[in-house]
Amino acid sequence: MTDRLASQPVEAHSLAKTATGIDGLDAVTLGGLPEGRPTLLCGSAGCGKTLLAMTFLVNGATRFGEAGVFMSFEERAEDLVENVASLGFDIDGLVADKKLVIDHVRVEPSEIEVSGDYDFEPIFVRLGYAIDQVGAKRVVLDTIEALFSGFKDQAVLRAELRRLFGWLKDRGVTAVITGERGDGQLTRYGIEEYVSDCVILLDNRVHDQVTTRRLRIVKYRGSSHGTNEYPFLIDGSGVSVMPITAAGLQHKISSEKIPTGVPDLDTMFGLGGFYRGSSVLLSGLAGTGKSTFSGWFANSVCTRGERCLYFAFEESPDQIVRNMRSAGMDLQRHIDSGLLSFQSARPSLYGLEMHLTRMYRDIEAFKPAAVIVDPISAFRGVESEIHATLLRLADICKERGITAFFTSLSLASDHASEADRGVSSLMDTWISLTDVEASGERNRVLFVLKSRGMSHSNQMREYMLTAEGIKLIAPYVGPEGVLTGSARQAQEARERDEALSRSQVTERRQRDLDRRRATTERQVAELRAALEAEESEVALLANQESGREDTLVADRAAMAMKRGAAE
Amino acid sequence: MSWPEPPAPETYVLRLFVAGATLRSQRAISHLRHICNEHLPGRFDLEVVDVYTNPEATLEYQIVATPTLVKVRPEPPRKIIGDLSDHGRVMRGLNITAGGGISEAVQ
Repeated sequence: MTDRLASQPVEAHSLAKTATGIDGLDAVTLGGLPEGRPTLLCGSAGCGKTLLAMTFLVNGATRFGEAGVFMSFEERAEDLVENVASLGFDIDGLVADKKLVIDHVRVEPSEIEVSGDYDFEPIFVRLGYAIDQVGAKRVVLDTIEALFSGFKDQAVLRAELRRLFGWLKDRGVTAVITGERGDGQLTRYGIEEYVSDCVILLDNRVHDQVTTRRLRIVKYRGSSHGTNEYPFLIDGSGVSVMPITAAGLQHKISSEKIPTGVPDLDTMFGLGGFYRGSSVLLSGLAGTGKSTFSGWFANSVCTRGERCLYFAFEESPDQIVRNMRSAGMDLQRHIDSGLLSFQSARPSLYGLEMHLTRMYRDIEAFKPAAVIVDPISAFRGVESEIHATLLRLADICKERGITAFFTSLSLASDHASEADRGVSSLMDTWISLTDVEASGERNRVLFVLKSRGMSHSNQMREYMLTAEGIKLIAPYVGPEGVLTGSARQAQEARERDEALSRSQVTERRQRDLDRRRATTERQVAELRAALEAEESEVALLANQESGREDTLVADRAAMAMKRGAAE
Repeated sequence: MSWPEPPAPETYVLRLFVAGATLRSQRAISHLRHICNEHLPGRFDLEVVDVYTNPEATLEYQIVATPTLVKVRPEPPRKIIGDLSDHGRVMRGLNITAGGGISEAVQ
């Protein structure tokens, strides 16, 4: 909302405004209250009218150099001073410096008798006198109706109220008039809201025993303004109004990576971690180590010398530090160096909006690089409200380039519980922690459900929380899915056995082969020897044959010679 | 045996706050003078204060409306707001019990 409003062009002849010094309120009113005109601040009892009005005056005196007058019709000046001292306001000092006048108008109905016509001229005289004393530019009347409680004549009251607003305008002071809420209208007399130029309604609603303060600009003559109900907070550091960002998707994005703090987990992301400024959801069942993952993430952020703001809703900071020590990290040194800040509160301490407002204020003050909310499932309420709250928180972080790390407790082993489903669309990265029950044991398994803008592992990975950190174990997928724990170990052993027996078989066959080869070779040698024997026999015979032929020829020749002599 | 003498009636210290010399202021002043002269002859100390010229006095006496008649003494302090046209109401407010007889205004 602020972005959208702030980016609007400045109105051509814009109304002069007086800053309240309450950042969120000035953002919602686009600069402050109408200068020189009366503003009505209405609401039921105990919704913070007086404190807000006093903050307006004190900020004027201390930051904008504008003196103020506080005319109280209810609280005595001493009580007022005491009540706002808790906000760190030094009223007595401001009064002594002539920057503030407090005038308590005391009306005792029991002391008063009415006889005939009258008007409230002395109020105007007193106010004028107080304004002139310090040259006041800001005036608060708190609560004007208390004055009128002693009088019954409605016609006179209405006329005088109207005259008072006119008179304030003529004096040119920026006035805040507080009013109690009436039946069916904003104020008891129903006049103030018409004669004021700006009406701010404060509300203190209780829902499920949890109170949320809200503020709404009902009207603002001559100026646009935020129209929503904005949560606001009153605590030791004053009044903070949270200008709700209505999903301004114009934030700058970063391609820079920010490690998860668990090296093994980094490898599951194509980028080697999360994108800086993205929102990460870590959902998981009870005891799956969500806080340990958060702790490692915080540890890695702080180790790099960046600031990390850790909102813990289930554990105290000391408890987290102790538990993380057993998980192998020392968060205390980051706290000591000022890089890590814990903000712990029970979720039921205030309503969602108040938590959001508080977180907004803390983020603005601490300016962290990463924010951890552990866990978001601790927030109870209507799902749509939780969704809206987280949406705004995610937007606040994104606008500032802060990496937001949310954890969420899943209730069923179904990885997407109701709460997760509601917020999953807000998240850029979603890691699910679950446990797999098999063979009488539970083993922790994680997987990356989604990670926008980067490739990521689709594997289910078993992990162990060890004293040296979180270790992911190489995945083993058996015929019946991923095996974990001792089943995985058993399967691994079985595989080892099988491999061993397979190798033994191979060896035996090798030996058989060798043996047969030797046999065959021996047989070949025998055959060859036989063949050779035969060959040599044949050669001998051939020799004998040729010898006989020669003898025969020689004999025949010799015979021929003998016969030739006789022929 | 005689009853002790009643204490001397106390002097009434009265302050009438008005806003300027309006008709209403004048009316209030004349009504008050009439009542005092009739019921408190010689034992009243009346001062008319104009809030415009003496704004600090409004703080001291916590004046919120004009005209306002403040009975400073005798105790208890009392404020009567309006132009004092209802004499009976004014006298009840001042706790005057027919010091000079029953006035016609009481009826």
